[in-house]
Amino acid sequence: MPDGQVLRKRAEEALKVRGAYGKDYELDSYEAASSDRDRVESLEDIAADQRKTMTDVGVIPDSVGRSGSLIYVDNTVVHNTTADQGLELIPTHEAMEKYDWLEDYAWRAVQVDKDKYTARAYLENANGYFIRVKAGKKVEFPVQTCMMIDSNKRTQHTHNIIIVEEGASLDIITGCATSGHASESLHLGMSEIYVHENGSLNFSMIHNWGKETGVRPRTGVELGKNAKFVNNYVIMKPAGSVQSYPTCYLNGEGASAKFNSIALSHPGSEIDLGSQVVMNAPKTASEILSRSITLGGEMIARGRLVGNAQNIRAHLECRSLIMSETGRTLAIPELEAMYPDVEMTHEAAVGKIAREQVEYLMARGLDEDAAVGMIVRGFLEGSIRGLPESLREEIDEAVNMANLGN
Amino acid sequence: MLRIEDLHVEVDGKEVLAGVNLEVPAGQTCVLFGPNGSGKSTLLHTLMGFGQYKVTKGKVYFMGRDITDVPIDERARMGMGILLQRPPNIVGLQLRDLVKAAGDGHLDIDETAEALLMKRFLERDVNVGFSGGEIKRSELLQLSMQEPCFLLLDEPESGVDMESIDLVGKKIHDLLYDKKGCGWEKGNRSKSALVITHTGQILNYIDADCAYVIRGGQIMCKGRPRDILRDIQEKGYGECIKCRMVKF
Repeated sequence: MPDGQVLRKRAEEALKVRGAYGKDYELDSYEAASSDRDRVESLEDIAADQRKTMTDVGVIPDSVGRSGSLIYVDNTVVHNTTADQGLELIPTHEAMEKYDWLEDYAWRAVQVDKDKYTARAYLENANGYFIRVKAGKKVEFPVQTCMMIDSNKRTQHTHNIIIVEEGASLDIITGCATSGHASESLHLGMSEIYVHENGSLNFSMIHNWGKETGVRPRTGVELGKNAKFVNNYVIMKPAGSVQSYPTCYLNGEGASAKFNSIALSHPGSEIDLGSQVVMNAPKTASEILSRSITLGGEMIARGRLVGNAQNIRAHLECRSLIMSETGRTLAIPELEAMYPDVEMTHEAAVGKIAREQVEYLMARGLDEDAAVGMIVRGFLEGSIRGLPESLREEIDEAVNMANLGN
Repeated sequence: MLRIEDLHVEVDGKEVLAGVNLEVPAGQTCVLFGPNGSGKSTLLHTLMGFGQYKVTKGKVYFMGRDITDVPIDERARMGMGILLQRPPNIVGLQLRDLVKAAGDGHLDIDETAEALLMKRFLERDVNVGFSGGEIKRSELLQLSMQEPCFLLLDEPESGVDMESIDLVGKKIHDLLYDKKGCGWEKGNRSKSALVITHTGQILNYIDADCAYVIRGGQIMCKGRPRDILRDIQEKGYGECIKCRMVKF
């Protein structure tokens, strides 16, 4: 069991350790955002401008069709409700007090001394959400959570822990956003996800950061025997610098993980998205699919699959379109295997939209913008099955807004 | 309906059409014969306005308007529709979405697809992994929704198995004889077409009015479709052309 003193010491020593990728942020120049904001009993009581920010990232204000909602503004859990027995959705601080056993989970899948961002979140005693689905419980509707930064030049740090117990299943939709006036802030989001034997979790994220916002999530996932995990990451709006590289450990035989990333990089944005799956048990399977477009910004798609056991299957696919004379795209697919009987493949493709496809649709009467939009939508979401409707809407809207035919 | 005057077209800097003159009157169906590489497909693609085909000289008139420089989508909206021999794959785009976008909403997509045995392809990516016959039926499905007045058909029977040929032929017949008027009538037929064929099989379904033979990027002769087809089958293109030499 990690001793608090030991963790603190490790975190303190890591405060100067730069992240492995992405632009470096000087954390001392940011103050922590408020951890003392007013609580909101009903989501409908949230101020109109904040509510708009939330709904733009897929949060449903009246919670209809949701099993629970948790809203985190700056560094405060301002609202949490659940409508389902067997599902717990409470602030992480509250959960840590309530359950001694939670110490076995906290800071296990994400190490406190990974870099300065994890260290800072630990030392700030970050709050966040704790989600637990009890054994055997199949939660019918998704849980929605929202992480919103509402004050400028501040850090938001979160520590989220998700536990899906044996045989349970859950869908989570998370919206992350900054209010219009809070663009130059920093989001340090720590998420630890544990899916036990035969459990299943679909985790979908929509992002709407400010043009200067720095985003440094650190995510660790552990899967037990036959557990399933699907991660959908969608970022369509401009952002300052997003660097994310979740690692998933398939520790139980037969476990499977799927990471889907869909991204647009606007001029001035640095979007560095990766995923890593470490397959530690036999008969595990994993897939990383990345679809990205640069409209003039920096777009990096990383993917790494590690075959650390026998009889595993893994596939990695990075496809990127360049739709601007400026901007850059970089695809870095990596495969690592330690055993002979593994089946691991990857493909990467970078290019522009084929003119022949655009003209084909134009011959059916679509104007050039509509034709390009249709091809781009297909490119971004077409190969990814089971994407939640709110994510599709986000993609459709972004494609329409981006006026890509020009 | 369509009039082509002294049309010269380059592809990748090489002249493929060298002064084509051709006319398809309103309500008529004309067939275009010609050996491989003679410029048949180039002519159809140029008429649709595809960017790879560069008109260096000459004019194309459609419904009385000079469309030589008109963009593809505008030609489509004016009533032109093309059946391609080798349409591109579009990964991620479902056929249903394309078919929906091609129509104006008054035709039922599932019914129209069912009639072409294409219903189970509606959720498939456009043309990805389609067989020769499936591609033709997919093209016809899109054209059925689009309801053009003037059809450009590039070898509609090629790559289609014997069983499907009847379906494809009948559907093309229906498209041409569709009662939805295009402003003129010839007998029961309301639409016009320019059809490329190698085998002439499609003639069993469409009652063509005239035929042209193209070679070396020029129209070499014009005549009745059945006569020309018979001559080509009996004597080959060379003799057929010599025999009927009427320079356009």
